[in-house]
Amino acid sequence: MKNIKCDCGHVNPEGTVLCESCGKPIAGNQHIDGNDQKKLLNMRYDGTARRSQTYNKTIIDKIWSFFSSVKVGVWLIVIALIASAVGTIFPQQQYIPADAISRDPAVYYPETYGIFGRVYYQLGFHNLFSSWWYLILIALIGVSLVICSLDRFVPLYRALKRQKAKRHYSFLSRQRLFSETVEVTATEKEEVIKKLKAQRYKITEENGHVLAEKGRFSRWGPYVNHIGLIIILLAALLRTTPVFYTNEYVWVSEGEQTVIPGTKSEYYIENEAFILDIYDENDERFKDAIQKQGVVPSNFQTNAIVYKAKEGALVGSDSELVKVAEDEIRMNHPLEVDGYKLYQSGYQLNEVNQMTFTIHEKDNLEGEDLGEFSIDLNDPKSEYELENGFTVSLADYFPDYYLDNTGEPKTETQYPRNPTFIFNLFPPNMEEYETSFVGDIKGAAEAIGIDTESVELSPMSKVIGKFATSLDPTGENDYQIVIKDIDFQRVSGISIRKDHSLPFFGVGALIFMIGVIQGMYWQHRRIWIQPTENGVLLAAHTNKNWFAIKKDIEKAIENTNVKMVNDQQELDE
Amino acid sequence: MGSLLSLSSTMLYSAFILYLVATFFFGFTIREKHSSSNKRSIAANIGIIVTIVGFVAQVVYFITRWVASGHAPVSNLFEFMTFFGMTIVLAFIIIYFIYRVSVLGLFALPTALIIIAYASMFPTEIAPLVPSLKSHWLYIHVTTVSLGQGILAISFVTGVIYLIKKIDQSVPSKRTTWLEVVLYSLILFVGFVIVTTIFNLMDYQATFEYTERNKAVETEYHLPAIAAPNGGQLVSENVMEPLFEAPAWMHGADAGRKFNTLLWSFISGTILYGLLRLFLRKRIGAALQPILNNSKLDLLDEITYRSVAIGFPVFTLGGLIFAAIWAQEAWGRFWGWDPKEVWALITWFFYAAFLHLRLSRGWHGEKSAWLAVGGFAIIMFNLIAVNLILAGLHSYA
Repeated sequence: MKNIKCDCGHVNPEGTVLCESCGKPIAGNQHIDGNDQKKLLNMRYDGTARRSQTYNKTIIDKIWSFFSSVKVGVWLIVIALIASAVGTIFPQQQYIPADAISRDPAVYYPETYGIFGRVYYQLGFHNLFSSWWYLILIALIGVSLVICSLDRFVPLYRALKRQKAKRHYSFLSRQRLFSETVEVTATEKEEVIKKLKAQRYKITEENGHVLAEKGRFSRWGPYVNHIGLIIILLAALLRTTPVFYTNEYVWVSEGEQTVIPGTKSEYYIENEAFILDIYDENDERFKDAIQKQGVVPSNFQTNAIVYKAKEGALVGSDSELVKVAEDEIRMNHPLEVDGYKLYQSGYQLNEVNQMTFTIHEKDNLEGEDLGEFSIDLNDPKSEYELENGFTVSLADYFPDYYLDNTGEPKTETQYPRNPTFIFNLFPPNMEEYETSFVGDIKGAAEAIGIDTESVELSPMSKVIGKFATSLDPTGENDYQIVIKDIDFQRVSGISIRKDHSLPFFGVGALIFMIGVIQGMYWQHRRIWIQPTENGVLLAAHTNKNWFAIKKDIEKAIENTNVKMVNDQQELDE
Repeated sequence: MGSLLSLSSTMLYSAFILYLVATFFFGFTIREKHSSSNKRSIAANIGIIVTIVGFVAQVVYFITRWVASGHAPVSNLFEFMTFFGMTIVLAFIIIYFIYRVSVLGLFALPTALIIIAYASMFPTEIAPLVPSLKSHWLYIHVTTVSLGQGILAISFVTGVIYLIKKIDQSVPSKRTTWLEVVLYSLILFVGFVIVTTIFNLMDYQATFEYTERNKAVETEYHLPAIAAPNGGQLVSENVMEPLFEAPAWMHGADAGRKFNTLLWSFISGTILYGLLRLFLRKRIGAALQPILNNSKLDLLDEITYRSVAIGFPVFTLGGLIFAAIWAQEAWGRFWGWDPKEVWALITWFFYAAFLHLRLSRGWHGEKSAWLAVGGFAIIMFNLIAVNLILAGLHSYA
């Protein structure tokens, strides 16, 4: 460290542009802040020694200089901005609509958006916001925030703490606001100081040299808001760990009680009832809108009870459950229990609980059935033996059936939302079997114009069963399997969150807002009054709002001989 | 109930007319010679009083509609954009009393007028609140965002005034072209309003049938169809046959109809712009420049900065912080990379860059003015395009 001793006796760190104490420009360092080219001094960081401007030898110096540049910071912001915009051109993978051709991104993007979609997918923009390069970009912004702040804050804090009231002439005369008055009386000087005090300036006096200062804390605003942002970024990092964040989802049907995932089998939820309310189409206020938009839901709600397993109890033994919470879970009204929050996140009005089938002779469908069997969709068996000797085996089962675009039967999910079967039917004492394809009740309901997402099929289960598909692929069957009845159940989708990172985000956001306000709505104003033989030098600096500091000075020197400062600003243009 | 609602719409209509009248009074001020700045002009005084009366009328509209519907009228595009127009006027009134620049009224009020007129082209019936909107955060989030955007809109207005005054119109240049692009985009909105109003008065209607989510859906066009919905069949008779279909990748409810509307705005706006050029025989920027003889560039620049300095934190609070709190409450996640969220973040990034460039790299004056215009373009994109083109969770407004 080559320290520099100023004429005033103060020892400055290497790289200082203006003496921390008296402000005298230090010879040989003026190019750093560009003071050699201009009449006025660059006061942005008070001419302090910034690491980034001083050392440029090692690789660390170079990295430090790179990230401490505001220009680099702004570029990073601009790149993040453009990248984010690109990420919204097509939906992100998680927002591929449920009714899309395919939920497989490799199929969805090219099929829906053509060549652009293919490129979008291949470049990984469909998962942009969790892609490594986007995360690195955000991390780089974080690094830039830290280095920019440290590079400026530390020396600036030091300089403002060490500044003396007594300033060098060349410092004062090269301020933007400056005047020299040849003759000023002591009482006039007192008067000016008194008026500055009245305007809440803090006065420091040193052998007749006066510094009036106000709002220094606003200089810390940018660093405070950057701390807030860093806390937010760190919180985002914490949130990726399971200790701080869990996110689970459970489907629970009416009357069912099931373990809440992500709670180590400690908590259980019971769905007492699921309620879907819609707006009355005769409501005078909303009549017109409802006529236009169709059915509008007004409430999704699960009446839920949460139980906790007693400590030490065997996992899964219901007898040891204690009720810990009971609430109506609605949109915007989650249930809270022991740090967990349960949200109403989805519902199925028409999940199938049980289906009953009958076997008929194909040419006598209206006649008496030859046998009846029921499948419990929560626990389908591979074979059903009927009393009169028929055996039905499940050759294939699609719980949530749909035909994909190649005409292959597929299942969307593992939940019995549209159960469809390929049965092998063995007539009594026969080795040979007949194959039939039965189900797709959703398709049957939609064919007669029912919106299965919002209308309950339960009251018309028999009719829909009759309309449902029962295909004979060979055309040579003697028997037909017909749906006799369907038992629907309403299922509520509950998401479970535990998020201990939230307070950190909250604190970060609060600190950010405080910092922004602190830095933007206050200004750091300094006015120097220095004695000359019979008069004074008057100089002033503010980090912004020059209009206001001029007003302050005008007020202070009113009715005195002290000359108003000249604005020596040099315009670049 | 019905009478309350009709009072409400009358009040909105009155507010619109009053803003228009006030604009003319602010227009008169440009002829006055500002010999002494202390003496305020009578025209400007009348202008600001009429503006305030108009604002009060709009507040009455807001309150009566709130009472009639049972929820704050900020729940769909019409209501939100109308409210946005109101916050622009509010921000203008506040800024006016700080700086007393009457030319600001001449540009800020038309901006608000265009936005309110644009808003009323969307369905204006009172719609019931869907479950996800039923929260106090609706009022808190929406009003703060809108206020923030309203204040930021003032920086756009002063930015445009700055550019019109500053840019040398004697020779065509990149800058004159870009300024024309900005003015042309404003005219697009006017074109949209004119076309929609004409066909509304004619009660034009064409119905299309198309499939969405494997269901047959009908959509009603109120403008002649240039672009039909993707895979749509024209049902109505004696109406214009569509020229082509909207591309399949346009999503969201009624994408085809919205795309058609967009086309109409471009066509009518372009014609309107062409007529103006023909009539003025010079660039619109050049035609407007002489009326700004009295305005001071440094003051305009100061107002641009001031409105960003105030608007940025308000927007951050409403558009990111309150938005996140509500999303946490409703969906259990405070951030989900939904297009609306991402564009709020983009807006935030943009103004953060604006402030850094200005405060630490000295981008004052014209550079600042261009940035202010760009920021507003992002806000309008988030307000309109994200809803009409990139549908997401936030599809109400």
